[in-house]
Amino acid sequence: MRHATQEYFSLHPTIALWVVVGLLGYAVLPWYGMDDNIFTLRWLFDGYPFDDDVAPALFLNLQGQKLWLAPIGLLLLGSFLLWGRRKADPAFGPILIALGAFGFGYLLLQGFAIGLKGWNWEVATALFGDLDDRQFGMGWGALLVAGAFLFLFTIGCAARGAVGGDEFVAGSIGFVIAVVGIFIFMPILQMLASAFVTQDGGYSAGTFASKLFSNRLWGISCLLGGPRCGAAWNSLLLAILVGVVTTALGLVFALVVTRTGFRYGALLRALTVLPIITPPFVIGLAIILLFGLSGAITQGLDAALGIAPSRWIYGFPGLFIAQALAFTPIAFLVMIGVVEGISPSMEEAAQTLRASRWQTFRTVTLPLMRPGLANAFLLGFIESMADFGNPLVLGGNFEVLSTEIFFAIVGAQYDQAQAAILALVLLGFTLGAFYAQRFWLGRKSYTTVSGKGDAGVHPHLPVPLRNTVYTIAALWTLFTLLIYVTIFYGSFVKLWGVDFSLTFDHYVKSFAVGWNDFGIHWRGAAWSSFWTTMQIALISAPLTAAIGLLTAYLLVRQSFAGKEAFEFGTMLSFAIPGTVIGVSYVVAFNVPPIELTGTGIILVLSFIFRNMPVGVRAGVASMSQIDRSLDESSLTLGANSWQTFRRIILPLLKPAILAALVYSFVRAMTAISAIIFLVSAQYDMSTSYIVGRVENNEYGIAIAYSAVLIFVMLAVIGIMQLLVGSRRIGRRGIEGDLSQSRTNVSQATVRPQTAISGGG
Amino acid sequence: MKIQLLRSAAAAGALLAGAGLAHADSLTLYCAADEAWCQQIKTGFEEKTGITVDMTRKSSGETYAQVRAESGNPKGDVWWGGTGDPHLQAAEEDLTVAYESPMRGELHDWAIKQAEAAGNKTIGVYSGALGFGYNKDLLAKNNLPEPKCWADLIKPEYKGQVQMANPNSSGTAYTMLATMVQLMGEDKGFEYLKALHANINQYTKSGSAPIKAAGLGETTIGIVFMHDAVAQTAAGFPIVTVAPCEGTGYEIGSMSLIKDARNPEAAKQFYDWALTAEMQSKAKDVKSFQLPSNKNAAVSELTPDLSTIKLIDYDFTKYGSSDERKRLLKKWDDEVSTLPQ
Repeated sequence: MRHATQEYFSLHPTIALWVVVGLLGYAVLPWYGMDDNIFTLRWLFDGYPFDDDVAPALFLNLQGQKLWLAPIGLLLLGSFLLWGRRKADPAFGPILIALGAFGFGYLLLQGFAIGLKGWNWEVATALFGDLDDRQFGMGWGALLVAGAFLFLFTIGCAARGAVGGDEFVAGSIGFVIAVVGIFIFMPILQMLASAFVTQDGGYSAGTFASKLFSNRLWGISCLLGGPRCGAAWNSLLLAILVGVVTTALGLVFALVVTRTGFRYGALLRALTVLPIITPPFVIGLAIILLFGLSGAITQGLDAALGIAPSRWIYGFPGLFIAQALAFTPIAFLVMIGVVEGISPSMEEAAQTLRASRWQTFRTVTLPLMRPGLANAFLLGFIESMADFGNPLVLGGNFEVLSTEIFFAIVGAQYDQAQAAILALVLLGFTLGAFYAQRFWLGRKSYTTVSGKGDAGVHPHLPVPLRNTVYTIAALWTLFTLLIYVTIFYGSFVKLWGVDFSLTFDHYVKSFAVGWNDFGIHWRGAAWSSFWTTMQIALISAPLTAAIGLLTAYLLVRQSFAGKEAFEFGTMLSFAIPGTVIGVSYVVAFNVPPIELTGTGIILVLSFIFRNMPVGVRAGVASMSQIDRSLDESSLTLGANSWQTFRRIILPLLKPAILAALVYSFVRAMTAISAIIFLVSAQYDMSTSYIVGRVENNEYGIAIAYSAVLIFVMLAVIGIMQLLVGSRRIGRRGIEGDLSQSRTNVSQATVRPQTAISGGG
Repeated sequence: MKIQLLRSAAAAGALLAGAGLAHADSLTLYCAADEAWCQQIKTGFEEKTGITVDMTRKSSGETYAQVRAESGNPKGDVWWGGTGDPHLQAAEEDLTVAYESPMRGELHDWAIKQAEAAGNKTIGVYSGALGFGYNKDLLAKNNLPEPKCWADLIKPEYKGQVQMANPNSSGTAYTMLATMVQLMGEDKGFEYLKALHANINQYTKSGSAPIKAAGLGETTIGIVFMHDAVAQTAAGFPIVTVAPCEGTGYEIGSMSLIKDARNPEAAKQFYDWALTAEMQSKAKDVKSFQLPSNKNAAVSELTPDLSTIKLIDYDFTKYGSSDERKRLLKKWDDEVSTLPQ
């Protein structure tokens, strides 16, 4: 800070700011977060400041209640020890670090130790006797105080010379570590612990082992002619196959667009965006309507060729088709960045050395695509593992982990430990795939793009390969179109399978508006979940982009101890399937100190931390393009790092911002695996509502709702594009259509390999 | 500019506060019946009282799981509908509270009996008998005889034609499991379920899904509550409902007040309202053909009359208890679901 050299007869201004924030939290705002304290000001009229439920900590303490909160106030006042001290004062840093660390630690400790029923830990009861009091989840007051302690701590660290003494950077790192710790690591660890809990509340390693190695998970009787294999094997087999096939298809499309002189690349890109913004189970539904026992195609084949209708679609085949269809676009978006990024010079060199087209492709092009192939496979693998909607609709008796986890929690044999164990197995698989991918890529360099001139043209594919690629792409395109025509048609049909007359009924039923004595009445069944979804998606998208880009900035532009662990931590949630996140959030946030289940906040948080890695990746990719000398000149001219970030880097990051915004918005509208556990009466989401309709065979409504969602998403994405705008760089034109900008998630125009293979 | 900002902030604050006050009367309803019915109840109560209802529809198993998971800190106020067992189980585990409604005089005996079995912590709101339905078009197409009895369903010609829900996730399927045990005795009942397993093409998650699949022609026979099968017929699907000749079990759709709820007064208001003839008469408008628990409620002519169906003496206390339930479900899991099909 520029003021750091001045002499103070008061508090250092940044410190003063955080102390004020902390005191505001301690003495003014309600300490606990009850019902409506968070979003409304109702607490002001509910007996504030004396009533227990809405009182700030100070008023509670003055009334002799919750005395364990009193040290927090004292610690805040302790910062006045810094009165008149300068930053250069040797005691300045240590005092702040001690205050911040002790305050933050104590805040957490008391939060975890004292819960809804007094002491949470038996140790505490033994030490201090029974506590005849209880506390609820933390509210605004606690939140501000926690923030104050955290930033006092980071300012202290900066004063001691960490990260070059930059308060903004130190604060940012502290903030990211704190939120990632609380909202990713803590839930996962708590879930791990709950895997050992038995039905009657004790801990047992034996029960854990017996559940972990149960036959239902690992049985291989299907190989020996038995009825079915364990859910773990099923999931693994399905995920591997889906990963391989989506990667292959993604590669095919990427080749068609970039290496064949295909003219309608834009059209193909648009088509591949469609499955991404479709609630996934809708694809499963359309497959039933086409290939089910009474499906249109099944019946047609029966009539035309006499092929007896069967239920073959339920189980592995149907699941495989649905997932391949839904996840191929993701692989395509990864692959196209890589295929485009490979420098033509290498291929030209190979051809100059008299390699044939085929030899060039096999020995130069293909090996250079390895990072893309590995990442596309990993994405397909994880998506398939976590997929919840399709197995629900098409699974038949083919059991997979994601639905088994759901049943363990909602079934009549409510068994959270079982769910946690299944989630562990699932996590084991995805992390395994993650490391396998890194191992396969090894330490080889895949960099082909340098700052040097690189004006070559990609060679076209060898002719036989081109024809194969064309055929596969054409078939896939036809199939996708068929599915989407079915979806659209299905939303206007009265009763699929019985009455094919056209109707608007499903739309009316879902989205009707009426009046009653109390004002406008959103009569349609879908309105409540629709508004909630819009609200949550629109809140979480900018937050995801913000935290993602901030993290990316720290990773690319700053160096500090433990950076690798930091990077791993922020990318971890990428490898965690949504189902696992959902379960662990329920375990971690249903009870104080952080009590969030049943609120909209938990949905927002789950989206932020699920989608954050994409923001980070997009940010890292774009930021590596921006020459450091730009920041340096800004800093030399006297701007601090915050100003540099806001004025110089942020405007240059527009494509990355857009990518992160669009991605997190779309995921919030279409994700199901995590939120099926987190929705509540007040905050029901579109996807869980649609799953309910599908489950009840109200196909018409489910499809009509999805069709509406698809159009809404397209509209919102368009608006976001207008709002963010595009960055203007003298050299070249940037960003065309929507699909282009989505590609940016993985496609750093300059250095795609880093952007993608850094995936961890 | 600054003043303007302040003003709009103040206005926003007032708006928020106002919104908070206006929402003072609200009710969180966990509804375990069909979506349309749940919606009708939600809007019906909102229009009647002006109390905002937050309604979540889940199957009875899911609702029970949620109520149990939230017991440290309940979010719901009333749990309406769904088969009676989970309600009894919740009462047994002290997740719900006792309440004697002034409406009790107008109710059928079976509704009161349900309340007495749980120390008044739950009450019957509707009832329905278990049975099955078949798609007559598919049956004709496959040249299959009409099934009349439970015993017919295990005949080899129906292999791959029958669908039922998984008792682990569906109250309907658990009722079926318990019915077989009571109808035939435990050993024979399980023999029957094993034989039936060979004919089952899929165990669905939700209770009424099998008959809906039958309606769409995705299975020939679905084992469900008869009122669900009738609703499919009423919706235009080619479904024929069968009351099994050996006799059958039944459910008492129940309602409970959740313990330590946040809006206990509104919950009681809802509870009384849900037992009125006026409210219960409307069920038929949304094609719910259960028998209402209020004697004066109007009934659709399609509603299966319980008095004409051979009903077993279903022991709700025993088969609703969590120990018995756990034991039977585990036995089914170990002995039936693992068999080859």
